[in-house]
Amino acid sequence: MEFLQPATWSEALAMKAAKPEAVPIAGGTDLMVEINLDHRRPATIIDLTHIKELTEWGMDDGRLRIGAGVTYARIIDELGDRLPGLAMASRTVGSPQIRNRGTVGGNLGTASPAGDAHPPLLATEAIVELASTKGTRQVAANEFFAGPKKNAMRADELIAAFLVEPARGPQQFSKVGTRNAMVIAVCSLALAVDPKRKHVGIGIGSAGPTPIRAAEAETFIQEVLEEHRLWERHVHCEPSALKQFGELVAAAAKPIDDVRGTADYRRHALAVLARRTFRWAWDDYRKSK
Amino acid sequence: MNVSCTVNGRAQVAEGVWEGESLLYMLREHLGLYGSKNACEQGECGSCSVYLGGTLVCACLVLAGQAQGKEIITVEGLARGHGLHAVQDAFVEAGAVQCGFCTPGLVVATHDLLQRIPSPSDAQIREALAGNICRCTGYAKIIDAVNLAAGRSRS
Ligand SMILES: Cc1cc2nc3c(=O)[nH]c(=O)nc-3n(C[C@H](O)[C@H](O)[C@H](O)COP(=O)(O)OP(=O)(O)OC[C@H]3O[C@@H](n4cnc5c(N)ncnc54)[C@H](O)[C@@H]3O)c2cc1C
Ligand code: FES
Ligand code: FES
Repeated sequence: MEFLQPATWSEALAMKAAKPEAVPIAGGTDLMVEINLDHRRPATIIDLTHIKELTEWGMDDGRLRIGAGVTYARIIDELGDRLPGLAMASRTVGSPQIRNRGTVGGNLGTASPAGDAHPPLLATEAIVELASTKGTRQVAANEFFAGPKKNAMRADELIAAFLVEPARGPQQFSKVGTRNAMVIAVCSLALAVDPKRKHVGIGIGSAGPTPIRAAEAETFIQEVLEEHRLWERHVHCEPSALKQFGELVAAAAKPIDDVRGTADYRRHALAVLARRTFRWAWDDYRKSK
Repeated sequence: MNVSCTVNGRAQVAEGVWEGESLLYMLREHLGLYGSKNACEQGECGSCSVYLGGTLVCACLVLAGQAQGKEIITVEGLARGHGLHAVQDAFVEAGAVQCGFCTPGLVVATHDLLQRIPSPSDAQIREALAGNICRCTGYAKIIDAVNLAAGRSRS
């Protein structure tokens, strides 16, 4: 096995271009498990943890640009006010040891349908920035997840950062699991309310081959809010509309039966999470007037 | 390959490290530091908890080469001089140790917690130790030990 340790981003990209089969490592909280348990034995590993650029974040043309190597612990501490949904999801990841080390870039690299960063990235229409020696390209989170543990990254590319607008309204994240910590989601849901664009974004996790954006449910609830002028009136929407909203979110899922739960349970739970998180978020919006 | 790092304040070079090895394996098998325990090798149990560059991590999830040039503190490095660290004393006194396999990890995680939050609530203790599994004590005495250590460092 070969271990490469680039000191700069351009060096890392050159190494990846020269050896497209090389496997990057960031926090190692996914990759090391595979190596320790002998599920994977990469011929070459590129360590990204000594690259300063990947650990930086800042504003970039109205959006936050957050380096792929920023850990969950730092998202919670440094970005909790600007990205409350992602911070909520980050708080549910593993344990302090895992949050201190695990990164959103690594979550995107693994592209598990259960990755907890994914639903909030979908709900806020985040963009993933991929880079190679040939240049950079931006892929919408919605198009990034290509299948179970498959993503849109090409062999010579690395994930540089993700771009997302700072929250303009309430955001929520909820996750179903058997414990309050250290659980892979049975299912999860993120919701983001944007009063300026009159937009409600919804991402669901662990309920299909990829994380899923619930586009029809988004359109439906936006129409309800619009039609009854709820944005202006700052009142709650009808329980019947909320029920239908929950059903549309459940319908967007493509769950399976597995050790963590049945498909039926996941659909049921998602409808509950959808109604609940919307009510919480809308309450916050109403109070913010 | 060789990995140079500072462990418990001493410059060390681990020689002949396999590139796919974890920091935990390197500490135990190359540097003879058996305090950090190997129980799961998948980040689930916390018995390998150490500080890497001042941050609490599972040593089993760090690739040895990633520790190049970094500062590591293991459970062996917490006490000053010959006595025990206050957190270690508290674990002994509270009866928070049975087989002791989880203890080094819990001691390091508790040390980290009390540095961040000197007087943690029960909920904060449970949250901070959520990644450390103990199969013997039932956790009540561990929480007693954390409270005992917190009370002492306050006074
Ligand atoms: C005990 C435990 C609990 C966990 N709990 C949760 C949880 O609650 N929720 C959750 O979502 N996940 C959880 N995980 C999984 C893991 O922590 C996350 O997926 C984390 O985000 C991975 O980040 P990392 O930096 O550690 O990735 P790594 O393991 O370093 O890398 C993961 C993958 O991404 C690739 N990669 C990393 N960085 C880049 C980059 N910049 N460009 C291209 N590819 C890259 C790697 O090659 C690898 O394939 C848990 C893991 C453990 C061990
Ligand atoms: S051995 Fe590292 S967490 Fe269990
Ligand atoms: S004392 Fe035995 S595992 Fe904790």
